[in-house]
Amino acid sequence: MTDIGAALDEAHRRDWAQVLATTAQVTRDLDLAEECTQDAYAQALRSWPRSGIPERPGAWLTQAARHRALDVLRREAAFRRRLPLLVIDSSQESDLLQLIFTCCHPALAREAQVALTARLVCGLSTAEIARAFLVPEPTMAARLTRAKKKIATARIPYRVPADDQLAERLGPVLDVIHLLFTTGHTAPAGPSLIRHDLVTAAIDLARTLHLLMPRTAPVAALLALLLITDARTASRVSAEGRLLLLPEQDRSLWDRQQIAEGTALLTAALRRHPPTRYAVEAAIAAVHAEAPTWAATDWTEITGLYDVLLRLCPGSPVVALNRAVALSFRDGPAAGLAALTPLLADPSLATYPYLSAARADFLRRLGRHTEATAAYEEALTLTDNETERAFLKRQLP
Amino acid sequence: MAKYTLLIYGDPAQWEAMTPEQWKDHDRAHEEFRTTAGPRVVGGEQLEFPASATTLRGPGVTTDGPYPETKEVLGGFYLVEANDLDEVLALTALLPEVHAEHGGVEIRPVIEHP
Repeated sequence: MTDIGAALDEAHRRDWAQVLATTAQVTRDLDLAEECTQDAYAQALRSWPRSGIPERPGAWLTQAARHRALDVLRREAAFRRRLPLLVIDSSQESDLLQLIFTCCHPALAREAQVALTARLVCGLSTAEIARAFLVPEPTMAARLTRAKKKIATARIPYRVPADDQLAERLGPVLDVIHLLFTTGHTAPAGPSLIRHDLVTAAIDLARTLHLLMPRTAPVAALLALLLITDARTASRVSAEGRLLLLPEQDRSLWDRQQIAEGTALLTAALRRHPPTRYAVEAAIAAVHAEAPTWAATDWTEITGLYDVLLRLCPGSPVVALNRAVALSFRDGPAAGLAALTPLLADPSLATYPYLSAARADFLRRLGRHTEATAAYEEALTLTDNETERAFLKRQLP
Repeated sequence: MAKYTLLIYGDPAQWEAMTPEQWKDHDRAHEEFRTTAGPRVVGGEQLEFPASATTLRGPGVTTDGPYPETKEVLGGFYLVEANDLDEVLALTALLPEVHAEHGGVEIRPVIEHP
């Protein structure tokens, strides 16, 4: 039975998106495709213990979902004639890419793109997605229903954009994957720092996209960023669940193989394409990953990379904040504090806990302890992640 | 094929401030839109300035103009036929109002009653 469970988990992780994407070709309705895919997995749970694990689980599941779809279409033919059909470009090869680009179509709001991608492409349940993004489950369910309805009624096509639009349309796809990853990497609330389901889903999706678009450098750069960042996961929390910052992390726990894979991808991507935002972020992560100790970190290189990043994301207060932190290690905490000052008035950072936390750290290093305490207390009021809160509390006298 | 309305919004004060030269460019862009779209345009009109509008809201409640508080008003519309939203988006991008700093074009699918 555990074998069946493991095989199903593996099939869910590896085949869900492809089963759904193929079924959508039959149903021409994303809602029904989702239902039939879900049903195929439920059917596998019932029949695999009796019939054994099929040789090609993905093909078995696709077949099961397809049968179910044809059955529903036959039974509900009269009702379905009145529903708008998904507009499918049948000349294209990869239905999986079609599904990904449809979920991230720019006519959908970002929160709808993220929800659809998490549900239809990554196969996360509505309850899991609701928990990750801190909304009640009925709200998330309604968001998904609205988004699927818009795809159908506005006739958002099930299509990979043409070459002249690909670069523009790839942007939201990469942003959605990145957002899924960061939401899992540091969960906005709850008892644990990391939500491994989201992190795994985001990395799997980035890998799939890279397999399908191997020549597209921005995709490789995003995959590199996720791999290098994720390689440090084992060292981010102590055995007692305490958040550890870079200087205190045990670097022998870092996944060297994953760092090497990410760095190789990044090097190849940078040779083919001018640096994108995610490529520069990956390069910064790589410099950290390559430093044998915290003290040996090349802050000149990192500050320089943040300068490049700031040019790619002009006016981004979060990038400016991270640059100030790098600067504080290159030129001292006073320089960091000076670079931070203009950001204090930025309304978009008014509730950003990392701004208060960075300021507190600079003040502490400058020996200005009363002001540092006030800044740590401010950061505490702004974050709901319990591991982060525990870290901030430890900084208080 | 499906029908969409393109609802063109903008700030009437900005439209009124346009020079004859700017209007010429504006009209040329619309001309280009109609030429490119060809028979896919099945209708459309430019509307008079909102000062000419009268709104009824409930019996006997007449208002001068559309929404007195809004700066952005409906200035005109097209009705087009297209296969999907991407096709409409490509056409709509030709409209000058998309590129003006005020306003924009709202794309709404039309419900077709049998």
